[in-house]
This record gives sequence, C-alpha cells and structure tokens, in this order.
Amino acid sequence: MKMFTKKERKEAGQGYLFLLPTILVLGVFVIAPILYAVFLSFHKVELLGGATYEFRGLDNFLKVTFDDRAIIALKNTAVYVAVVVPTQTFLALVLAASLNAGLKGQKFFRVVYFLPTLTSSAVLTLIFMWMYNQNGLINYVLKIFHLPTYNWIGDPDVALIAIMIMNIWATAPFFMVIYLAALQDIPDSHYEAAELDGAGAIQKFWHITVPNLRPVTSFVVIMGIIGTFQLFDQSYIFSGGSGGPNNSTLTVVLLIYQYAFKTLGTMGYATAIAFMLAIIILVATLIQRKFSKEESLY
Amino acid sequence: MKKRSAGRKALYIILVVYAIITVIPFLWALSSSFKTLGEIVSGSINFIPKDFTLENYKQIFTREPLFGRWLFNSLFIATVGTLLNLLFNSMAGYALARLSFPGKKSIFIIILAVLMIPFQVTLIPNFLILKELGWLNSYQGMIIPGAVNATFIFMMRQFFVNFPKEVEEAAAIDGLGRFGTFFRIVLPLAKPALAAQTIFVFMAFWNDFMRPLIIMSDMEMFTLPLGLNSFKGQFISYWNYIMAASMVFTLPIIVLYAFFNRYFVKGIKFTGDK
Repeated sequence: MKMFTKKERKEAGQGYLFLLPTILVLGVFVIAPILYAVFLSFHKVELLGGATYEFRGLDNFLKVTFDDRAIIALKNTAVYVAVVVPTQTFLALVLAASLNAGLKGQKFFRVVYFLPTLTSSAVLTLIFMWMYNQNGLINYVLKIFHLPTYNWIGDPDVALIAIMIMNIWATAPFFMVIYLAALQDIPDSHYEAAELDGAGAIQKFWHITVPNLRPVTSFVVIMGIIGTFQLFDQSYIFSGGSGGPNNSTLTVVLLIYQYAFKTLGTMGYATAIAFMLAIIILVATLIQRKFSKEESLY
Repeated sequence: MKKRSAGRKALYIILVVYAIITVIPFLWALSSSFKTLGEIVSGSINFIPKDFTLENYKQIFTREPLFGRWLFNSLFIATVGTLLNLLFNSMAGYALARLSFPGKKSIFIIILAVLMIPFQVTLIPNFLILKELGWLNSYQGMIIPGAVNATFIFMMRQFFVNFPKEVEEAAAIDGLGRFGTFFRIVLPLAKPALAAQTIFVFMAFWNDFMRPLIIMSDMEMFTLPLGLNSFKGQFISYWNYIMAASMVFTLPIIVLYAFFNRYFVKGIKFTGDK
C-alpha cells in the first residue's frame, strides 16, 4: 500500500476542499438527476402533494409511437433543424469571410452584428412578434416589393417559418465570430499562392477558405444541431405556451414541458421523451462527425 | 486593380445590407417604445415617432407594480450566480490543474461528461429535487443549481495549467498558505479569464427563460423574461409598453458588453477551440 506523506495528505485535503462546491452542485443537480430521470422514465408519476410512482416498464418509451402530438413535434423539430442549421452556418461563413477581407470599419460591423447575440430570446421574440404583426413592419416591406403578405403568427402554414427566419437572424452572428477567429489562423501565403495562379475572390473562398475551415464548420454544425433540437423559448412565447396555431410551432422540448408541468400524470412520459431526444441529438452529432471525417479524406 | 475594387464594393454591399438587417428590428423596437398608443394602433410605419413620449417607460413601472421587482430579481440572481461561478469554477479549475490528490482524473472526466448531457434530461428531476428541498419560488432554487459550470471549470483548468509556477513559489516563500496564494495572488492574475466568464455566465442567468418558468410560479419571484412574457399577455396590443419593457431588459447586457467587449471574443474563441 502506498503511504502518503504529511505534505501529500495536506495537499489532497486542499484539493477536495477546492472542489467541494463543484462536487456538491454537480452531484445534487446533475448526477443524481440523471439517475432519477432513468427511474422516472420507467414509471407513471403522479404529483398530488407528494409524488407517487407506479412501475410501467417500457410503456413510456413505446407510447411515443402512437402519440400524434409527439410525432408532430418531432416532425416540426426535424424540419426546423434541417432548414436552420445549414442556412445559419452558410450565412455565418459568408459574413465572417467578408469581414475578414481587411476592409475599413470592420470593428463597427462586428459590434453591430453582435447585437442579436447579446439580446435575450424573450426580447427578440417579442420584437419579432411586433414586426410580424398583420399590419406590422415586415408585411409593410413585403407590400413595397409587391410580395404576398402573411398572417405570420396566426397562420399554421407560416408560423414555424417565421420562427426559423428569426432564429437564423439571431444565431448566425454568434457562429460568425467563431469562424472569424479561425479565419485569422489561415496563413496569408495560401491566398497569395492562389492569386499567383490567377484565382478570383470567389474561387479563393471555395478552394482555400472553405476547406481550411472544415474542422470549425464541423464544430459549428454540431453546436447548431444541439441548439436547434432544443428550441423552446421562441415557440413558447410565440404560441403562448400552446405550440399553436394548430400545433405548427410545437417542438419536442415544448411537448416535454407540457407533459411534465401542464398535464397530470405524464411526468414519467415526459422524461422518457427527454431521453429519446438526448439520443436523437447524440446520433445526429455522431453522423455529422463521421460525415465530416470522410469528407476530409479528400 | 479595377477588378479588385469591384470585389471590395461587393463585399461592402454584403456587410452594409446585413448590418441594416441586423439593426432594423432594434431601431424599430426603440422607436416604438417612444410612440403613443394611438400611433402604434394606427399601423403607420415611421421610425421617428410623431409625438415623441417617455410616458411608456413611466407606465410600465406604474401599471405593472411588479416590474421593478422583476428587474431586481433578475439582477440579483444573475449577479450572485455569476459571482459564485467565478469563485467555484476557478477553485475547481485550480485544483484540477495544480493540486494532486487521489481521484483527480475521475473527477475531471465526470466534469467533462457533464458537458455532453442535454439539460432536458435533468430538467424534470431537478424540479422534483427543488420541490423536495422547498426551493421552488426561491432565489437559491435558481442560483445554486447553476452555481458551477463545467465549460468554465474546463476553461479555468486550461488557464491554470499554463500559469507560471514561479509566481506561486514566490508567494509560498513569502509565507502565504495555499488559500492565501490562491485568493491574493493567483485569482487577481486570472482577470482576463474571469472577464470572459463573467459576461457569458451573466448572460446565461439573465436571459434564461425555461428554468425560471418551471421554478417560479409566484409572480413576485418572476425574472424579467417571464415577467415580459406575462406582461405581453396582459397588455396584448400595447406594443409601445411591451417594447419599452424590452428595451429596459436589454440595456444592462449592452452596458456589460461595452465593458467586457475585449474579452468577449476570447471567450467565444475558447468555446470554439474546445
């Protein structure tokens, strides 16, 4: 057995003391909840005063397959992820590359672009709801260009699109900053060599910038996937918590919230859906990883 | 040469157009917050208010007596939560970087694993635990579960790993103990890393919508995002009030950003490097 000197023992004690707050908080509010969540997902949970549990086996996990609202929520969320992630990633890349071209006023643009990142989702959603108003600013602009106007908040065909536009606008600048940091690491000599070969700006973008940023793009896409699958605030505020009109803005996390806190006796079911969402996110990021690794072989 | 300047023009057009797209919602909200209800309802589209008024800002505090309380709740939770994070994350990061003790590696791995867990999984059990503790509708119910952050523990660890050992050795020779060295020498030198953390952690508390929605059912304990949402329900077509309230809510973050701007990019870059 290894013996500890007095000094080593003292240092170990200090180590645990420094880590004590972290161990307590993570233990009580992260580790224990994960185990608790596993337990909940196999039970029907009733909250009447105290909580009562009734073992249900895999019922909660199987229930999803014939729950129409769960299927709608999953479909909405999938469409949302599929549209928002590529669009915001591309937009972030274009903005970062434009900002990085060494033009005057770079700093000014950076500060301006950063405003949405600083603003809370609640405020942004309210501002956009005001602009999406039937005779609000957005419809006014559409009219100027003789484009069709919409009842953005009340029409089930466009409500989710309205949220997509808002969130692409709000998150692209955050990822732009990540790209910007990475762009500064690409050596100028790459571009100079390409210029000697007679490459234009757009060719340089596709043949030097994009390939050099591949690892960062992979990171941005994964962060995007994780964030978009968890859409909640905007849908909640937009629809007043219902996911309407006609379930068109119902997302998986909103559904989890409703089952856990708004309807009785479905807390266990909500936990099971949360686990399934976690697995979907994990699988999506793993597929993305594999996909981007294969690409980088060329 | 000519081709180059054409390219520059195109780039400027992209940057300017996008800057306009970014700024317009904010300008529109700001201008609406200075308009009268009559002008809001008329649906006229002008950025400069016809009858400029500060009345809305007064009204939100008088018509909704809890507005000041919500502002206080948000400020209190975000400030205390941020201070605890700065302290606890640095302490943990320091221990993981500098001290040796049995089980260090496993603790580090657990902290990294925590980063991968989506918050929805722990959301419902957390609610039940807080209920059991009697912490629903309380400040500690919002603050304590968020008092440490795995991302920033990791960041502080990286920072302290590269921290020159000589500084601490000199402090030890001067007779400072471990805690004295940490609080009086090491922490003050970690300012850049702490500044980057400050703005991110503060923003996370300040903007959080879902956690207070679940924890706070008592209107007196609402934070601003929740208050704003209930305010919207109450004054459904009073967009001048809603926009004024939104502006009050946005200001503290802009001020914080102005102070910590330099460190902000660093913080994001770190998140990107992970």
